[in-house]
This record gives sequence, structure tokens and C-alpha cells, in this order.
Amino acid sequence: MTALHTVLTIILLAPLVGSIIAGLFGRQIGRKGAHTVTIAGVAISTLLSAWVFWLFIVEGHAPYNASLYTWMISDGIKFEIGYLVDSLSATMILVVTFVSLMVHIYTIGYMDHDEDYPHDNPYYQRFFSYISLFTFSMLALVLANNFMQLFFGWEAVGLVSYLLIGFYMKRESAIQANLKAFLVNRVGDFGFILGIAVIVMYFGTLDYYEFFAKLDEHKNATIDFGWGEVSVITAATLLLFVGAMGKSAQMPLHVWLPESMEGPTPISALIHAATMVTAGIFMVARFSPAYELSEVALSVVLLVGAITAFMMGLLGIVQNDIKRVVAYSTLSQLGYMTAALGVSAYAAGMFHVVTHAFFKALLFLAAGSVIIAMHHDQDIRNMGGLKKYMPITYWAMLIGSLALIGFPGFSGFFSKDSILMATAASDQFGAGFAHLLLVAGVFVTAFYSFRMFFLVFHAPESEYVRTHQIHESPKVVTVPLILLSIPAVLVGWPMIDGVLSGSYFADAVKVLPQHDVLRAIYDNDYQGAFAMVLHGFMTLPVWLAFAGVALAYYLYIINPSLPGKIQKACMPCYSMLVSGYGFDRFNEMVFVRGSRRLGEFFWKVIDQTIIDGWIVNGSANAVSVAARSWRQIQTGYLYHYAFAMIFGLLVLLLWTLW
Amino acid sequence: MSFAQLVFYGFAGIAVLAAVMMITVRNPVKAALWLVLTFVSAAGVWLMAQAEFLGLVLILVYVGAVLVLFLFVVMMLDINLAEMKEGFAQYLPIGIIVSLVVFGLIYLVVGPEHFGLDKTGLPPVHGEDYSNTKAIAVPLYTQHAYAFVLAAVLLLVGIVAAIALTLRRRAPSEALYQDIDAQVRVCAEDRLTMVKMAPEVEPDRVEQGEAEEKRS
Amino acid sequence: MIMLSDYLLFAAVLFVISMAGIFLNRKNLVLILMCIELMLLAVNTNLVAFSHYLNDVQGQIFVFFILTVAAAEAAIGLAILVLVFRHRRQIRVDDLDELKG
Repeated sequence: MTALHTVLTIILLAPLVGSIIAGLFGRQIGRKGAHTVTIAGVAISTLLSAWVFWLFIVEGHAPYNASLYTWMISDGIKFEIGYLVDSLSATMILVVTFVSLMVHIYTIGYMDHDEDYPHDNPYYQRFFSYISLFTFSMLALVLANNFMQLFFGWEAVGLVSYLLIGFYMKRESAIQANLKAFLVNRVGDFGFILGIAVIVMYFGTLDYYEFFAKLDEHKNATIDFGWGEVSVITAATLLLFVGAMGKSAQMPLHVWLPESMEGPTPISALIHAATMVTAGIFMVARFSPAYELSEVALSVVLLVGAITAFMMGLLGIVQNDIKRVVAYSTLSQLGYMTAALGVSAYAAGMFHVVTHAFFKALLFLAAGSVIIAMHHDQDIRNMGGLKKYMPITYWAMLIGSLALIGFPGFSGFFSKDSILMATAASDQFGAGFAHLLLVAGVFVTAFYSFRMFFLVFHAPESEYVRTHQIHESPKVVTVPLILLSIPAVLVGWPMIDGVLSGSYFADAVKVLPQHDVLRAIYDNDYQGAFAMVLHGFMTLPVWLAFAGVALAYYLYIINPSLPGKIQKACMPCYSMLVSGYGFDRFNEMVFVRGSRRLGEFFWKVIDQTIIDGWIVNGSANAVSVAARSWRQIQTGYLYHYAFAMIFGLLVLLLWTLW
Repeated sequence: MSFAQLVFYGFAGIAVLAAVMMITVRNPVKAALWLVLTFVSAAGVWLMAQAEFLGLVLILVYVGAVLVLFLFVVMMLDINLAEMKEGFAQYLPIGIIVSLVVFGLIYLVVGPEHFGLDKTGLPPVHGEDYSNTKAIAVPLYTQHAYAFVLAAVLLLVGIVAAIALTLRRRAPSEALYQDIDAQVRVCAEDRLTMVKMAPEVEPDRVEQGEAEEKRS
Repeated sequence: MIMLSDYLLFAAVLFVISMAGIFLNRKNLVLILMCIELMLLAVNTNLVAFSHYLNDVQGQIFVFFILTVAAAEAAIGLAILVLVFRHRRQIRVDDLDELKG
């Protein structure tokens, strides 16, 4: 189908073209030109993505797998650029392009002026170039039909993420943050590329479908590590999951995500909430046929996800930076998605990716709107009472928060509830424990979300708010908020049916019958979306969420002095949370100092002493010492040489005649 | 002892004696002359071995040219005789010992035990019309023609090298070389400079000048 | 009759004497050169003798070539000697120690 092929190519390349034009000719085309061209590119992509989405989801087109270009064939392995479009990628590209378009529009308002740069610096154009480039990279990742392109997209989004976190390049903290993001992602990506290497080595292909086709024949193959044998599929899936842990910020590779909030808010919304960080979830869902075959990998995924969901949620409680609160909630929600993958509820995980993309982008953009109004002050303790100044932002934030805590009827409710039900129904190893953590996480989520919400909008007006003119953000900011609010509320309704029955992602996600918890829920408990909403009011998670909201209301509106007392009462807990469980300290102590020590060891001992001292200079010294003694033989007197010859003759004669 | 043996031992004895004298005399000129005697006697020995052509070539070319060249050089150079024999006695014992040991070893190899008449048989006796010169010439100009030409080239190179090494570059300071052109072209301005000066110099100034010279 | 070994031993004696000569006159470059000439003579005598007893004229052709090379060598050696003398005003071997390590 050539029309589809062309459309996909345009979807992929339109943002790249915009990015190149804005990036290379930014000074020539000016600000207006830069945002026009990039927004046009992304808008084209969005419209065409919507068409593709319609084609595949509504009309149920068969999966489209085609190669665009063969780079090379080496040892029977094809290196290609191609498209694999099915329900999974069709959904993702629409989410990515839509959120990206919203962020593009929003950026016009957010990046309007910046104290960090002189006026003639084309930072504005550069920013648009970067986010368009990110859109291209993410689309390349999502549309990939082979591991090489996946890896390209994976690294490209990492690169753009790096560039954007450090966008305020004059801030020391931004530079540190992007370095940290880069380094932590290296750890994940190393695992990821090792996983791809295992697949290439044992399956001899980079193509997804060929890989899936060969899964059965390698089901029982093992790798001998010397200390024991590991199934090839387990090894490959676990290594790929390490990559996902890096990209989707699962513990313990999560440390970069809170720091990434040093970047401008639009990219926090786009990259570090809605799209890039969900690449790991997407990847695991994409390779569900492989993960299904490894119980070990699934359990690891489940436990990592559940622990991340709960523990990162707790950290959100003690944050005072508005973006960090949202960032920790992102970490926590990513944990939910990962946990869903772990119980083979890939559809639910992806469902949460979609809903989360909308409501979290909404939350971030709303937070950004608040930040604009507060003149780039991000501390929620300095806010308060903003409700009457910023009504649109207020409602956007409220909708986002309600979706986040899973208020029945909002999109987040459907996806989160299906995850919770899936973990409850699963008999995967660790599912009970994970379910417990996730349900507790609901309470925590509600608490920190509404703590922030109340502190920002309902708390008594702070000194700053009273003394400054606070007003609603311009239209370029509020329109995306409104547009994002719509899917944040509604997107759950049409999807839930297909997700639970398994028909939505049927052509992309493969679940073994004995793992298929969603289907079990669908068959046993599900009676339609509306019934689910009604039923939701009677379930524990929703009441826990209400309890969290109520507690937040009590602590921060009714009795604002209490949190301080609690904080004093359990100082150890508080400092542990503030320090993020000491991951940073641990990393610094072990990895940073350790690698410095190791580097110093290699430098001082191996390089300077052994290689330089003993081998390089040592051999030279040995030669020179030997030469110094042996040169005494070379008297330079001719007759000495003659004597030597004669003695040599003598010895030779004696030797031959002996 | 046959006559031939007598002649052989005679030549051999003279050659050995002359060689011993050559290495022991103080004066290099005399040493060169003793070397001449050694070569001439050796040529006699070669004649005994029926190498008539080579024997004569040895005398004519080698003694006549090469050794005379030696003599010439030795006489031309001003050599300090006393210095030359320094350490002579010091090395005499070891020289003799080494020589005797080497000779003993060579004797073990080439002595009558291995190369006596019973091992080699009598040398062939050539007829009246045998020409040693012709016998050498035929293979030399046919079989070894290429090597012969190479030898000629080698000699040429030797000549060129010897001349090139010893040729003195034009050194203006050495009177040996005259630049006749310059001598012819010379004119008064090149040789004579007129200096104007006071008719007499005050005596104390001269003293002063001398004192300064001494200081410096 | 004269034995082959007589020739060979005669050559050996000449060789050994020239060797001793190098030992004894180690200071005198001219004498060292002369001793080398004497050594070549000893070697040539060997060749001549073998040629005679083996009735093979090739040995004498060898000698012929050796004489040629020896002549060239002597010429160049003497030329170098003259150069050395011109340079240093004497030909003590002790002073020629530029090769010293």
C-alpha cells in the first residue's frame, strides 16, 4: 500500500524537516518563522497520524510491516529502516504527535522571553528545533520495525533529552542534571544494546517479526555464563528491560528524572512525562511475545515497577518544587505502567501510557502556566490562592490531578483501575506484594497531588502573590491546556472496552492464555465502562484516593501548622525522603568515587607505574642500562676488534675440532 | 730430500724468516722491504706448485705495484718510530701463544695426516706443451667473463676512490696550489692600500696603547 | 716429494705470523695493512696448492680475483692512511677511537 507508506514517511520526516530548517536557518527565518515551520511540520504529522490511527484502530487495518530502505546486509543480518504500524504504534504516534503539537504551541508562550540569553541569541529557534527533532526521534523509535532503528530512536531521544535538560546552559545545575541524565541513561542503554546483541547473536535478525517467528525455536536455548545457565529469552528480555529502566526511570536508574526538571517546562511535559519516558513501556509491550516466555523477566518487571510506583510516590510528598512534585508523580505512574507489564497486562500498561501522556502533559503544562505567572519561581510554598487569578489553569490542573488520582470517570481511573485489577487477578510471582504497593500508592498519589494543588490554588495568598500582579497566561498557553483536558477526561471511555477484552492491541501484543489477566477480568467482572465507573465508587482504591485528598485538605487548608509538627516528629523519615532514599549519595559514594578510585588506580598504578614506568620507560631504561655497560666493549680501537676476530677464530677452531 | 723439496723448503724458509723479520723490525720501511722478500719467496713457492702465471703476476703486479705503493706511502709519511713499537714486548708472549695455538689447530686440520701424499696422491704432471697462462685464460675469459669485467670495474672504482680520498681540495692558504688566473689578473689596487697617518706618534700615547694591549 | 700439507702448513705459518704481526704492531696502521696483505698471500697459497693437487685451474682463477680485490683494497687502505696522516700528523691506531661507544 504505497499511499500508507508515503503517509508514514511524511509523518516521520515532517518534524525533521521543520527541525532542520529551524535549527540551521534559525537566524534567517526569525522567531516567527521558526515556530511556524516546526509547528507546521508537527501539525502535518498529527493530522496524518490521526488518519493512520483511524485506519488501524477504527477500521482495523492489518499490521503494516514494510522496509523503507536497506542500509546494508552483513552476514545475513539486514540493517534497515522500516515501519511497523499496528494498533500499538498507531496509538503511540497519535499520542506523541498530539502532545508534541500541544507543547509546540504552548512553547510559543513559555519561551517568549528568557533572562538567561541575550536578545539576539537564537535560543528560541534552537528550542523549537530541538523539540521537533525530538518528535522525529520518538516517531522513529515508535515506528521502527527492527532493533537497529529502535536503538537509533532510543539514542536520539536520549540525545535530545540531554540537549533540552541542559537547555539553560548557563545554569550550573542544568549542566549537572543533563550530565546525570546522560550518564544514567548510558547504564540503561548499555543493557539495552547488550540485549539487542543477545538477540542478534542467537536469533540472527534485527527484524521484529523475524525475531518473534524464531522465538519458539529458541524457547529452551540457554546461555552458559560460567556460573550457571540462563535462558536466552530471559537474558535478552532482562537486558532490554535494563534499557527500559534507564529510559523509563525505574528504580534504581530513576535518579536522573527529578533532576531533568532543570529543563524548560514544555520539555518536561513532552519528554519527561508524556512520551520519551514511556518508550521503555512501549518497548516492553512491543516485545510482549518475548516477555511472555520468561516468567523471571516478568516478575522482575513487576517488582521493579511496583516498588518504583510506591517509593517514588512517597518522595513526591516532601517536594516543594512544583515541577518536582509532578516529576515524582511521573516516576510513580511509570512504576504503575511497568507493574502492569509485569503481570502481562501490556494493554493496561499501554492504556496508562496513553492516558498518562494526556493528563501528565496537562499537569506539566498547567504547572508551567503557574510558573509563568509566578515569574519562574517554582516553590509551591510561595504560591497560594492562585485560583482566582488563573481560572483556566486551575481547572486544567484540577482535571489533571483528578485523572492522576484515578477519580472515577476520568481517563486515569480506567487505566489505573485496570492495572490494579490485573495485579490483583494475576498469579505471577510477587503479584500480591505488588498489588499491595500499588494500592498504597494510590493513597500517596492522591495525597501529594492534592497537597500541591491545595498549596498552589487554595492556600492563603503568600507575600509574593499579594505583592505581584498575577494574571492568567496568554492564549498560546491556555489553548493547549484546554485541548489536552479533553482527552485527559475522555480518552478512557472508548478505550477501556478494547483494552480489557484484548481486542484493542490484539495485533501487537501477544499474551499467553494462562497469563491473560485482563481477559479474565473482562470475562468475569466487566460489564461496560459505565458500570465500571459506578463500581469504582465502591472499591478500596478510590476510597483511598478520596482519603488522600481529604488528608491533604485537612493538613494544608484546615490545619496548616500540622505538617511542620509531623515533619519535626519524624525527622529521620523526612530527611530520608528528602534525600530520595539516599540513591544520590549511594551513587556518589559507590559509583562516582569508586570509578574515580578505579580511574586513579588505572592511572597511577597501571598506566604510570606499570605501563609507563615498567614497560615503556622500563624497557628503555633497561636498554640504556645494558647499553651503558655493554658500550665499554666498544673501545673504538681497531686492534681490539682484530683481537676479537682472532679470538673468535680460535674459539671456532677449538669448537669444531673438539 | 729431492731437489724440488730443497728448493721448496728454501723458498718457504726464506719467506717465513722474512715474514718474521717484517713483523719485528722497528722501521716500517724495512718492514715493507721484508714484506717484498716474503712475497718474492712465496712467488717461488707458487712456481713450485706449477702456478707459473700467478707466481709471475705476484712478483710483477703485487710486488712491483702494490708493495711499492706501500713503500712509497711509508716513506712519504713521517712516522714516529719509537712510538710505533710501544707495547711490543708487552704483547709478545700472548702473540706467540695465540699464534702457536692457532698454528697447532691448523696443523691438526691440514697436517700430513690428512693432506699427505697417501691421501692426495701425486700432483699431475703436465706435458711439454702445457701452458699455465692459457689454462687460466680460457676459463677466465669464457666462464668468468662477467666476473672479470666486474673485477675491472672494481679496480676502476678503487682507483677513483683512492684518488678522490687523497685529492686535496683547493686550499688558498697552501702555496702548493697557484691560482694562475688570479695572479695574472691582479692589479695594484688589490695589493696596495694607502693609509694616511700622522708623521709621528706621541711617545706616551704609544706606551698607553701598549699597556692596554697587555691588559687585554 | 712435496706434499700438499707442506704447502698448507707453509701457508698456515705465514698466516699465523701475520696474525702475530697484527698483535705486536697494533699501533702501526701501515704494518697492520701489510700483515693483512700477508694473510691474503697465505690464503692464496692455499688456493694455489689445492689447485695444483686437484688439477683444477679454477683455484688459480680465484687467486687471480683475490689479487685484484687485494690490490684495490690496498690502494684504498693506503689512501685512507694518507688521509688519516694528513689529518692527525701521525698514524697511531690509539687515536682512531671515534667508534668508541
